[in-house]
Amino acid sequence: MLRWLIGGGREPQGLAEKSSVQTIGEEQIQNPYTELLVLKGHQDIVRFLVQIDDFRFASAGDDGIIFLWNAQTGEKLCELHGHTHKITAIAPFSSSDVTEEKITDLIITASADRTVIVWDCSSGRQVQKVSCFHSTVKCLAVLQRLNVWLSGGSDLCVWNRKLDLLCKTNHLTDAGISALVELPKNCVAAAVGKELIIFRLSASYNGSEGWNVLEVKRLVDHQDNISSLVSVNDLTFVTGSHVGELIVWDALDWTKQASECNFWDSSVHPDVQPEIKLSQSPNETSVQHLTSDEECVFAAVGKGIYVYNLQMKRVIACQRTAHDSSVLHIEKLPNRQLISCSEDGSVRIWELREKQQLPAEPVPTGFFNMWGFGRANKQANQAAKKMLENTPMYFLELVGDLIGHSSAVQMFLYFGELGLATCSADHLIILWKDGERESSLRSLALFKKLAQNGDLQLKL
Amino acid sequence: MISAPDVVAFTREEELEDDLYREPPLPEEYSVPLFPFAGQGANPWAKVSGSKFTRDFILISEFSEQVGPQPLLTIPDDAKVSGTFDLNYFSLRIMSVDYQASFVGHPPGSAYPKLNFVEDSKVVLGDSKEGAFAYVHHLTLYDLEARGFVRPFCMAYISADEHKIMQQFQELSAEFSKASECLKTGNRKAFANELEQKLKDLDYTRTVLHNETEQQKKANDKGYYTTQAIEKANELASVEKSIIEHQDLLRQIRSYPYRKLKESEFHPYEPECALDRADASSDQDLTASDPAEPGETHLYTHMPSYTPKLIKAKSAKCFDKKLKTLKELCDVYFFTQTLDQLHHIERTFRGDVCYLLTEQISRALLKQQSVTNFLFEDVSFLDEKPPEKQYRGCQGLSQDAVDEKCSEESLAPKVVISLGSYKSSVECVPIKMEQEMEDSEEPKMSESVMSEHQENLDYLDADIKGSISSGESIEVLGTEKSGSGLTKSESQASLPVIPSPQAGRSKVGSRRTVSEDSIEVLSTCPSESLIPEDFKASYPSAINEEPYVDDDEGGLRFTPRLNPDVDDGQDDVSKQESLVQVDAACCIGKESPNFLEPLPELGQKLCEEDGVVRIPPQPYRPAEQGLRGGFPSHDGLSAGLLPYELDSRYLTGSREVSKSSLDECSDSTSYISSTASTCSDRTPSPAHLACAAGERHRKRAGQNALRFIRQYPFAHPAIYSLLSGRTLVVLGEDEAMVKKLVTALSIFVPNCGVYAKPVKHWVTSPLHLVDFQKWKLIGLQRTVSPAGVNVLHALSRYSRYLSILDADSKTLRCPLYKGTVVARLADHRTQIKRGSTYYMHVQSILTQLCSKAFLFTFCHHLHLPINEREPEESVVNRRINFLKLQLGLANEDIKIVQYLAELLKLHYIQEPGQGGNPLLRFDYVPSFLYKI
Repeated sequence: MLRWLIGGGREPQGLAEKSSVQTIGEEQIQNPYTELLVLKGHQDIVRFLVQIDDFRFASAGDDGIIFLWNAQTGEKLCELHGHTHKITAIAPFSSSDVTEEKITDLIITASADRTVIVWDCSSGRQVQKVSCFHSTVKCLAVLQRLNVWLSGGSDLCVWNRKLDLLCKTNHLTDAGISALVELPKNCVAAAVGKELIIFRLSASYNGSEGWNVLEVKRLVDHQDNISSLVSVNDLTFVTGSHVGELIVWDALDWTKQASECNFWDSSVHPDVQPEIKLSQSPNETSVQHLTSDEECVFAAVGKGIYVYNLQMKRVIACQRTAHDSSVLHIEKLPNRQLISCSEDGSVRIWELREKQQLPAEPVPTGFFNMWGFGRANKQANQAAKKMLENTPMYFLELVGDLIGHSSAVQMFLYFGELGLATCSADHLIILWKDGERESSLRSLALFKKLAQNGDLQLKL
Repeated sequence: MISAPDVVAFTREEELEDDLYREPPLPEEYSVPLFPFAGQGANPWAKVSGSKFTRDFILISEFSEQVGPQPLLTIPDDAKVSGTFDLNYFSLRIMSVDYQASFVGHPPGSAYPKLNFVEDSKVVLGDSKEGAFAYVHHLTLYDLEARGFVRPFCMAYISADEHKIMQQFQELSAEFSKASECLKTGNRKAFANELEQKLKDLDYTRTVLHNETEQQKKANDKGYYTTQAIEKANELASVEKSIIEHQDLLRQIRSYPYRKLKESEFHPYEPECALDRADASSDQDLTASDPAEPGETHLYTHMPSYTPKLIKAKSAKCFDKKLKTLKELCDVYFFTQTLDQLHHIERTFRGDVCYLLTEQISRALLKQQSVTNFLFEDVSFLDEKPPEKQYRGCQGLSQDAVDEKCSEESLAPKVVISLGSYKSSVECVPIKMEQEMEDSEEPKMSESVMSEHQENLDYLDADIKGSISSGESIEVLGTEKSGSGLTKSESQASLPVIPSPQAGRSKVGSRRTVSEDSIEVLSTCPSESLIPEDFKASYPSAINEEPYVDDDEGGLRFTPRLNPDVDDGQDDVSKQESLVQVDAACCIGKESPNFLEPLPELGQKLCEEDGVVRIPPQPYRPAEQGLRGGFPSHDGLSAGLLPYELDSRYLTGSREVSKSSLDECSDSTSYISSTASTCSDRTPSPAHLACAAGERHRKRAGQNALRFIRQYPFAHPAIYSLLSGRTLVVLGEDEAMVKKLVTALSIFVPNCGVYAKPVKHWVTSPLHLVDFQKWKLIGLQRTVSPAGVNVLHALSRYSRYLSILDADSKTLRCPLYKGTVVARLADHRTQIKRGSTYYMHVQSILTQLCSKAFLFTFCHHLHLPINEREPEESVVNRRINFLKLQLGLANEDIKIVQYLAELLKLHYIQEPGQGGNPLLRFDYVPSFLYKI
């Protein structure tokens, strides 16, 4: 395509580009997103999107402004100004408190100006501001159960709804807590550098409002900084590190259940041929993001996506180079689909498919896809299907990609029927929508308006 | 625009580029004599061949009291246009048919010269000798130096095509009425100014004469008057008489009924200018009020604008003086406005009548397609300014309106003045005169209101009398009041308030204190004695007598017309017309029965009865309330039936006007004319000024588009891209070439909103996603620089949203098109040769598409389930079936209609206030590369 443009049309389109990344082309039957809305407002990189309720979401980024948007219409609901530096963490805090009758949707934002602000989403007002931090708060966690929230910086602080500091830990490290996850039994796992520290919150004996936070255990199994931390279910949580280690932990006794540390090492997997080993820089093996459903953990590792099955304790499917550059965020959709976004500015929709394959067959889909022989791959699949095989194998099929951002897509938010919101370093948020659905919604609105105006009546 | 290919032949004649028609001529034996005039190789549609002028033009001529009928100017001001046509002769002809009774001067039974506010007369005149037919619009302008103060003028639209004049009669009449109204407005202003100056002169003369008489009296102690003294006294008396006369004239001209202007909603001048003028003239009024103050001697010092002259007892002979030019008569501003209007008329009615009619019909039809118009039509041409807005703007700003407001609001002070000396009647005329009008007319028109009002006046009268001791105090009141009037008008209270006695009294009371103060100051003025007692006495009596109103009613010849029963009036008119009729041969028709649309049957009757009207003009009059039935027929009468309920309202409105302004309509046709002018203002004016520019653009775009579809075999998919909402990028190095292509293709781009088309002619920076939301057709620069590579990178990145037409290598990359609509739209073997014709062809097909999209959008069952249990799939099936079977669309054509429908929906849903989020719709379809 580009060559055609530059070369003045010598090369007709149609030949797949010689790229290691699988491409899908322009015909994407399964891609439902045929309409988009560009939401402008931010003046810097938009890093966070957070869902407030069924139709609202908040966006925040390096310009320190938080915007609230209507996910259906793309309307800007309000602008929250208060932070002077970039926003480092954002968490929704919708509390249906027993004592309070109405449900208030709050969001908590932490910024590099060492403040944390609690906002009321319905009024757009700042509820409270805390500015007694010694360092930037890098992560926030809300423990709905206990009706408290935690802020993680160089120390861990526990706050109640009214923003009273309940208790805090000692100074842990200068680097600070990079991730927090809630565990059962009032425990919290905090990723501090290479270490994973388990804290336990307990009501103090002095009074009902008093809380204590105790360090229970330090886990030092990771070789490098822990970059992602996610809770799978009540029994397990998963961590990933910069060098591509993935460790599955037992959430109750904090023991290592399984670990996978050789995502990048093709020799471990029989389905990867050694000669196409990619150059391994730490960045390319870093576990950028983890997500999970009940049976699998999905890891964004470097440019690739890996599906790790918790039962089988092995990677069941992978897309080694799912994107042109690092995958920043992945999400599992209910319909076996997986969405990933990347620094290359694209969002891709994958589907986890089962395939019948000979165990002896040395060529996985990923290989061919990598070289762009999509068609050949299909034929191979069909050929393979003919051979009956017992072991189900999975592969990630690219069903669509969304190209709109001109810079790294930092994060996205899946709104189900309403569509998909993506935020990017190009200061934009794009709402991707199902064109068919939107069209029928507009028809509905049209006839509603017609009825309102009384234009439906026959005029004689 | 709705136009079918079969009207193509009737496009305008000046567009017939000769080279296109210089094809090898047919052998003699095959040629058919088509047209009797087709001697000079002209095409049958060039109708002007019989006449001595090359094309239609507008002639303004005057019946000069010195030299008789003479042509003043032609529009266009080009000797070639009128050619050998004898303008002098024609001026004579057209001036001779002015049958309006513009009698001015001393009507019998009147003490003062009387100005008539004469309605213009409109006549159609034919001259077979000259091969000329003309719409002639007579008007009179006031000139103090002219005989009877009037100068008859006429504007004529001269065409070789009789049908054109007849069929466009209403439009011509409406447009010329505007021009005439503009001239007359300017003329009234100028005339009032002139009168003011004259009054100052007279005043000054009187002072001088008075002083001389006094001196003579002193010098003369013999006890008898010398002949010299008697002469002086006579002179003084005549000056005084002339002052009164001129004041009366000024009052009359100032009292021109602004209500009429209000009704006819015509304000030729722009509000801003009017504001300036209002300021200027209010300043003028202030300065004008100064010199009339008693201390005249010192007042001359601060009145730089005009120095009164001593007026000789005998005025110059009529033939000695040079008559004012039209420009001087009407004030330069209004004169240029009028010229603009006339040029506009000339442009509007240029060309063949078929073309004009087609244009009018399509315009009228387009008005009814309000839902889909925005897609492809140039809405700006259709947008006529909402009348109220126009009216309000001018009303608030124009000086007349302000004056009127002053008069309406500051009633009580005015009463004071009208009771006072004549002087204030000069100084505060704009305020006071109106009041007098009301005073004098209201007792006649609305007794009930007036009785109360009268009491009020009496009451005030009694209250005030004691305080008024001299003209000076009134003077102060006048100026003071005018100030208060202005501030009130700023507050924009628009309803005339008749104050309650209490309010009036309190106002008067406050004024009185002011006046008393000022008396102290002013009474020191030495010239107090200059105010003659007899003026004080005579002036109020003049008001009470109200001679002019009586006169007018006496002089009005068609009192039956004032009956609420219109039929009587109409009959009367028609009778009158047959009486007045001058030359049945050349006077083809004076009034169109279609003016009386409210009563079409009557119009028909008139048409039959009145032998003068041979062919009733019958252009299509649109139903303004939207589509009421099927396709309107071209029958003039049945078409005229449509809006009758609307127009009858106007008629009653205008009847009230003519009722309330009895004294103004004194010519035979005034009633109908005024009706017509109010009605015809409602009709869509055939074309607008913007139209001409748009016309040229369309023509060029059409030509370019024609060239494009001939040159590029892949024109179809490119056009399909545009119609289906996929942004087309025209990539090229040469800006001119790219822009040309963009212009050509722009006619296929559906509009997203009401405003400009989503077309960007030239971009040099890399494109972004947001651009595709905004623009559907983009001209993009291709450069070899690194920046250029970025541009191409962006293109390849967003290629799924784009079709790319490479103008340099003549390639197109876009989705496949297999439909049929575009093939009809852009047939490269088309026989259409001219740009404007092709443009019309495109518009007609696009209109078809629009109507399909409209049907598709607004069919309820296509989008929503009929009952709640109906599954979504069946609705989808129904939708597809409708598109395929009912609308007969194939393949990609469906997408075009769907896209248009989507735009319609968005446009309809969108709240008027907010712009709505622009959204980008796209499909995941493969693109193909097309090469030549």
